[in-house]
Amino acid sequence: MIVLPIAVPLVAAALSLLLSRWRTAQRAISVLTCVAVVVLATVILFEADANTAIVSQLGGWPAPFGITLIADRFAAIMLLISSIMTVVVLVYALGQLDDEREFRLHFHPVYLVLSAGISASFLTGDLFNLFVAFEVMLIASYVLITLGATRGQIRAGMTYVVINLLASTLFVAAVAFIYAATGTVNMAQLAIRLAELPDGLRTALGYLLLVVFGVKAGIFPLFFWLPDSYPAAPAPVTALFAGLLTKVGVYTLIRTQTLLFPPGGGSSQVILIIAGATMLIGVLGAIAQNDIKRILSFHIISQIGYMIFGLGLFTLAGIAGAVYYIVHHIVVKTSLFLVGGMIETASGSGTLRNLGGVARRAPVLGLLFLTAAFSLAGLPPFSGFVAKLALIQEGLDLQRGGIVAVSLLVSLLTLFSMTKIWGGAFWGKPQDVKGVIDGTERPLTMKLNPLMLGATTVLVGLSVVISVAATPLYALSERAAETLVDRQPYIEAVLGPDQVALP
Amino acid sequence: MTLALAAVVAVLFAVGTYLLLQRTLTRVVLGLAIMGHGANLLLQLAGGRAGQPPVVEEGGGTAIVGSAGGAGFVDPLPQALALTAIVISFGMTAYLLAMAYRSWVMHRSDEVEDDVEDRRIARKATTADAAGDGR
Repeated sequence: MIVLPIAVPLVAAALSLLLSRWRTAQRAISVLTCVAVVVLATVILFEADANTAIVSQLGGWPAPFGITLIADRFAAIMLLISSIMTVVVLVYALGQLDDEREFRLHFHPVYLVLSAGISASFLTGDLFNLFVAFEVMLIASYVLITLGATRGQIRAGMTYVVINLLASTLFVAAVAFIYAATGTVNMAQLAIRLAELPDGLRTALGYLLLVVFGVKAGIFPLFFWLPDSYPAAPAPVTALFAGLLTKVGVYTLIRTQTLLFPPGGGSSQVILIIAGATMLIGVLGAIAQNDIKRILSFHIISQIGYMIFGLGLFTLAGIAGAVYYIVHHIVVKTSLFLVGGMIETASGSGTLRNLGGVARRAPVLGLLFLTAAFSLAGLPPFSGFVAKLALIQEGLDLQRGGIVAVSLLVSLLTLFSMTKIWGGAFWGKPQDVKGVIDGTERPLTMKLNPLMLGATTVLVGLSVVISVAATPLYALSERAAETLVDRQPYIEAVLGPDQVALP
Repeated sequence: MTLALAAVVAVLFAVGTYLLLQRTLTRVVLGLAIMGHGANLLLQLAGGRAGQPPVVEEGGGTAIVGSAGGAGFVDPLPQALALTAIVISFGMTAYLLAMAYRSWVMHRSDEVEDDVEDRRIARKATTADAAGDGR
């Protein structure tokens, strides 16, 4: 059953390409497929939560020889939240994209392939298959980021493609080294065999994978490609990339560091230092920008620091905090980009200097933006507060004062840069690119597309639900972290009950 | 033999890195392709020593995946992995070439353009210089 979230979108993509002359059919296929994946992901989450993990051996080949698909709780959570995002962003895209991009440039099939690649990255239990899943996801993302092929997109897309190809090449090299050292690419078997290697060799392999996935996740000092390339894509594409693609990197980072290279007891100093630097540099970059999409792109980096912070603590509560943070971040970040995209579509520019008075022209956008921005900064009672509280509490319990201080400072700076967007775009005289619209009492209302507005409202609503339902969600994150910290259930689910990993 | 292959991998990675650091797009594309070859060759090396083809005949021995050339057979898995990686890097190179061509069509230059941020800072620096000269 867990092969379906990968297979269904791929088949639908082929179908969509065949039916590319019937626009309604294409739209219907995309929407139905994405909704179907949400339903599948929900079922998988419930089953994975009840049974710790569900496993499927592709082609019936037994575990270390064939390709294993496995959905443990962490993978199932990520699968569900990412499939919800693809539905919401798809609806938004139906409202935003022009006919040229949506149909002539084949947005729909590519979007479905992207969705399949993301599902595959979460579900795979095989290191080389993870590389293949990454490539499926990335080739779709290369097409989407250059959709329309304008000059700016080609320039930014080139950086994006070259950096990701370089990381993929390193990934192949890393797989080669790991295979040479252990003779397997099955992750559960790797967990056992890597523990038998000499310490120095294991550490080197671990850092090689840290660099590979660090590029995809955008951690310090490997993030520089991100804020330049993301803003170039069409708004819904940027929103989806911002919410999901870097988080796939974070997911694999957490998966490989917990399953394959657990630090022998205690926190990992290196990862904590990387986390602190990522948070601080990201938010400082955001403060220096004056374009909505670029400010938000730098914030992605800063927020990834928090997730890595939870991973670096390497305790049950730390990793549970990171899992909860990822879920919260995906929802909030995507909705901020969607609001930004609506402002840009309605005013013709995303540069703060050209904007003003959005709060008067479209009060509902102000409300949506504020809810998401407060949540991102971590103000109570929004979802970001719960996520940050969990991380900071665990950091204090472990006496990691330095990183806690950095994360609190970064929260404050996050709030500051959000007020910069608020002051620049929402306050002031109503104007758009052509200049001040009018100075009279009744400012022009913005034309907002109902599909775009509806999708964004649903997403902001979801972020409120995440903070209201914090208790059961955090309990789920804790259960997910349990299987990440204690690797035995994962290994047993794949290889059978008699396999034991060295501590 | 293995040592010679290892040296070839090192050379391929070095050449790839050098080309990747150039400003010309075609060289960047070539650099990535050559580095990809290096990585694929590394996968081959990971399979261990050369040996018989991993085809099990009637009454013959068994080829064991991951045994690194045990029982005289070549480990077949790295070859399968390398094939997959070659196909993927072929597709990626084609896409990169298409992008490089598009870049050429649009502004008749084969060079990577400056980052938006770099340009902004460069502009600030020149205006600051101009203001300094005026004083």
